[in-house]
Amino acid sequence: MLKTKGKTGLVFFPAFDWAISPTHPEREERLLYTQDQVFEEGILDIDGIIEFKPELATHEDIRRVHFCVPDVQNVITESHLISAGGAKTIGIQVLEKNIERGFALVRPPGHHAMRVVHGARGFCNINIEAVMIEYLRKAYGIGRVAIVDTDCHHGDGTQDIYWHDPDTLYISVHQDGRTLYPGSGFPFEMGGPTAAGTTINLPLPPRTSEEGFLYVLDNAILPIISEFKPDLVVNSAGQDNHYSDPITNMNFSAHGYAELTSRLRPHIAVLEGGYSIEGALPYVNTGIIMALAGLDYGNVHEPDYQPEKIRQGKDITRHIEKVVAEVLRVWKEGPEVREKNLRGGKFAHRDRNIFYDTDQILESQSETIRVCPRCSGYLAIDSETDGGRRILAVHIPRNACDECRDEGYKLYDSTDISRYNRIFLQDRLSDQYLTRS
Amino acid sequence: MIIGLDVGGTHTDVVLIGEAGLLRQAKVATDHSNLFECVLAGLEQVTKDVPSQSIRRAVLSTTLTTNAIAEGKLAPTGMIVSSGPGIDPDCFRTGEHYYAVSGSIDHRGREVQPISESEVRKVAGKLQADGIRQVGVVSKFSTRNPKHEMRIAEILGKSFDYVVLGHRLSGNLNFPRRIATAYLNGAVHPVHKQFFEAVRHSLAQKGLDIPIFVLKADGGTICFEASMDTPGQTILSGPAASVMGSLLFASETVDTLVLDIGGTTTDMAVLVRRIPLLEPLGGEIGGYKTLIRSLRTESIGLGGDSTVRLANGEIQIGPDRQGPAMAYGGSSPTPTDALFVLGRARDGNAEAARRGLQPIADRLDVSVEQLSHRVFDLACTKIVDAARKMIDAINSKPVYTVRELLAGYQVEPREILVLGGPAPFFAQRLAQITGLQANVVPQWHVANAIGAALAKTTSEISLFADTDRGIAVAPEEDYQQQIKRDFNKQNAIELACHLLRKKCIKAGADEADLEIEVIEEIQFNMVRDFYTAGRNIRVKVQVKPGLIREYPRIAKLIFNYCPLPGAI
Repeated sequence: MLKTKGKTGLVFFPAFDWAISPTHPEREERLLYTQDQVFEEGILDIDGIIEFKPELATHEDIRRVHFCVPDVQNVITESHLISAGGAKTIGIQVLEKNIERGFALVRPPGHHAMRVVHGARGFCNINIEAVMIEYLRKAYGIGRVAIVDTDCHHGDGTQDIYWHDPDTLYISVHQDGRTLYPGSGFPFEMGGPTAAGTTINLPLPPRTSEEGFLYVLDNAILPIISEFKPDLVVNSAGQDNHYSDPITNMNFSAHGYAELTSRLRPHIAVLEGGYSIEGALPYVNTGIIMALAGLDYGNVHEPDYQPEKIRQGKDITRHIEKVVAEVLRVWKEGPEVREKNLRGGKFAHRDRNIFYDTDQILESQSETIRVCPRCSGYLAIDSETDGGRRILAVHIPRNACDECRDEGYKLYDSTDISRYNRIFLQDRLSDQYLTRS
Repeated sequence: MIIGLDVGGTHTDVVLIGEAGLLRQAKVATDHSNLFECVLAGLEQVTKDVPSQSIRRAVLSTTLTTNAIAEGKLAPTGMIVSSGPGIDPDCFRTGEHYYAVSGSIDHRGREVQPISESEVRKVAGKLQADGIRQVGVVSKFSTRNPKHEMRIAEILGKSFDYVVLGHRLSGNLNFPRRIATAYLNGAVHPVHKQFFEAVRHSLAQKGLDIPIFVLKADGGTICFEASMDTPGQTILSGPAASVMGSLLFASETVDTLVLDIGGTTTDMAVLVRRIPLLEPLGGEIGGYKTLIRSLRTESIGLGGDSTVRLANGEIQIGPDRQGPAMAYGGSSPTPTDALFVLGRARDGNAEAARRGLQPIADRLDVSVEQLSHRVFDLACTKIVDAARKMIDAINSKPVYTVRELLAGYQVEPREILVLGGPAPFFAQRLAQITGLQANVVPQWHVANAIGAALAKTTSEISLFADTDRGIAVAPEEDYQQQIKRDFNKQNAIELACHLLRKKCIKAGADEADLEIEVIEEIQFNMVRDFYTAGRNIRVKVQVKPGLIREYPRIAKLIFNYCPLPGAI
C-alpha cells in the first residue's frame, strides 16, 4: 500500500465552467486531462493525501494585497475568488499542521497580477500566492517567506508586490525576457531601495533542459534560500517550461519538475501557467504531487519522453553558469546596496509603463517610496490608464514605523480628490483598507 | 408474491409479500459456517404450501461475498495488469499471481505502446501451471479504450473458468481501484457461483422454480444469471437492504439519517429527500477501495449485543459481540442487558441482565441502574458522533465547477429513521440527543428483508465520446462506435440511455421501473492551435436506487402502523 512521507494536501479546482474566452489557452479544457490522469492514477486514494474543498477568498483578502480599480468586484470573477481561496486553504492547512505540504492545483493563475490592478495581464487578475501569503501573515503572524517561481514567464506581478518587502524573498527562474512575455526579469532587477537583494531573477536561455534547471536550483536557489532562512517556502509551480508547451521554448520535463520539487521541498505549491494541456500537464502535475508526498516518481513521465532528444547544448550550459555567477553576486551585494540607499536621500522614485495584454490597457505609474531607516517605508503610487482613469494608492507596510504610518495617512487624507477617480489606503499595520472617491 | 431475504450478522430475516401486504415473516439464526442451510431454512419457512407459480421472484441479500473477503477466504486469482508510465504498478499488487505487462494507453484512449503477445502468453502459461482458474485483466485508461484488455482476454482464450476485464466493471477512472475490483470479482466468483447454483437447485428440487435476484451494494437488484458476470456487485449488500427498507418512510422534503441498529453493528446512511446517496467512486471493503457501485454507508462495531466492559476505568462498548445478551442466555453483558435493567426491554431474563452488569457497576461504585443509564447513553452518543462524522465527510467532498461550488448543497438531516432489533428502545434517546424527530421504521425487525424484496433493478452506464478521434465508448457494455464530427452531447445522452435500457432488461428489470436519469453530462471543446478540433463528451446515466412500482398500495398494507418514540 502506498503511503506518503508526510500528510500532503491537495486542492483541485479545474473550474470546468470558466474561461477567458472559448479558444483562449486559459479555458475550460485546461485541466481536463490532468484530472483524468490524477483520477486514473488513483492519487486521491493514497494514504496520506488529503483533498480539500477550496474556500472562497474574501474581498478583504484581496484588498490586503491589491489596489483594484475601481474596486475588487469589477476586476474579478467568482473563479478568481475560488482560485485564490484554494491557495489560501492549502496555506491554512499547512500552518494548522494538518498537512506537511500541499498543492493548490487551481486556475486561473495569478503571478502577473501587480499591486495595482486595472484589469487582466498575462491571464492574471489577482495574485493568488500573494493573497494567500498576506492572509497567512495576518492570521498566523509568520514572518519570512520565500517564493520560488518556476513558471516559464517572469512573474512580474509577484515581483512588483514584493519589490519593497525585505521579508519576502522572490526568486524567479524563467525564459530570458528578451525572448518571451513579459520581457522583464533580469538579474539587475534586485528589489526596491529598502529591499535590495530580496528579488532574484534567473533568466535562462531558450532550450534549457533538466540539467540547466537543476543546476540553477542547486547552485543558486537552494543556497540563497538557506541563507535567507524563510519560515515558509512557496512554489509558484508554472509548468510551461515543458518541452511540449505551445507558447514557450524550453525543454523541461515531468521528471525534471518532480525532481525539482523533491529538492526544493516547498511547503506550498500553487499552479501557475502551463498550456500543453495534453502532453505535459497530466504528467507534470502527477510528478509534482508524488514528489511533494515523498513518493517514488521514477516511472512518471510523458509517453513521448526521450531525455537524449531534449538535452541542452554546451553553450547553454555555459550561459547558465554565467547567469548563476552574476545572480550570486547580486545576492551578496544586497545588504550593501540597502546601506547605500539609506544614505542616498529621503525618497526614491520610479516611473514605468505597464501593459495589460489580456485586457489591452496601458498604465503609467509613478511610484514614490520613503527610504526609511526604521521600516521598509510607506509607498505612494500615482497611476493613470490610457482610458483616462487615474488613482492614487498609499501603502503602509506591515513593519511601518510611526512616522511612515502618519505620513501615509496624511497623504491619503490631504490629497486633492478632484485630480483622481479614487484614492486608496492600504494600512497593513491595522489591516484597514480605505477608499476615497 | 415476492420473497425478500436478508442475511444479517446475527439473524437472517425472510418475508413474503403479496397484494395483501406482508404475508409471512421468519427469522433464523445466521450460521456463518453454513449460510446455505440457513438461507434455505428461511426460504422454506415462508414458502410452505405456497404454489411456486404464484411467486414472481426471490431477492436475496447475503453476506456470502462480504464474509469471504472479511475472512480472507478468497479464491486464488491471477491478475494481468498493463500500466505504462505512472505510479509503479507493483504498488497495487493483489497477491502472488500478479503480473505487470507492457502496453500503454493515454488519457484520451490513444495507444502509446502495444501489448506484447508473447509476454501475455508466457504469463497465461504460468497462471495455468499454478492452477489458477480466475483471472482479472486490467489496463490503465481501459475505460477510454478497452483494446488491450480485450486482446489479452483473446490470448487467454478458454483456458480459465472466469476472466474479468476491468473496463466492464465501471466507467470511472481509477486504475488501482479497477485492479482491486477485478481481483475481488475473480476471488469471490467460485463461492458466489457455487452458492447460488446450489440454492436454485435445492429450490427446484422442492418444486420452487422461481427467478432468483441478488441485492447489490447500490440498493438495486440483479438477476442471478447476470450477477455471474460481476459477482463483486453483491459485496456489501447488507447495509443497502436497510436503506431500501426505510425508503418508503423517509421524508421527500428534508434529509434523513437512517440507522440500522443490529446485534453486532450499526449501519448508517443518509437520504437526501428520500434519495439514497451513492459513493462517488465505489465502496470500500476489507481494505480494498473498489469501483463497486455502492450506497454511501458507514458501519460501526456497536450494536445491541456488543460486549460491555471496563477498559482503564472507562466503559467500553464493542466492537466485538460474544453472543446474545445475557437476558437471552448469553455470557457477557451488552447494551440490550442495560435496557432490561432499565425496564424497557421485557421479554427476556432481566435478572440475568442485572447479574451481568453488576460487577462493572461495583467497580465503578455506582448502582446497576446508574451504570445501565450510562451504557445506554454512551451507545447512543457513539452512534450520533459517528453519524455526524459521516455527514461532515459528505459535505466536505470537493466539486470542480464554479457553479457547483457556489451552489454547495449541504446535507443536514432533519429526521432519523431507526430500524433493526433494538430500534424502538433507541429512537427516543436518539431524538433527545440530537433534537431531531426520530421514528422507528414500521416492521423494524424485518425492514431489511422487505427492502430487499421491493428493491428495483438498478444500473449505470458511462459513455465517453471524442469527436476528434471519432469514437464513442461505453466501456461497461463493451460498446464502441465510430461517430461523425457533429456528434454532440444530446446524441451521447440518447445513446447512453438506449444502452442502459438494454442492460437493465438483461439484468431482469421491469420495463415499468426504468426511470432513467442523467447524472453527469459534460462537453468540452477541444481547442488545438486556436481552432476547435472536436468535442470531448462525458455522459453518465443511471437507474437510481428505489422501490418497484409493482404493488402500489403495498406501503400502506405492510406498514399499517408506525410506533412513535416512547410508544413501546
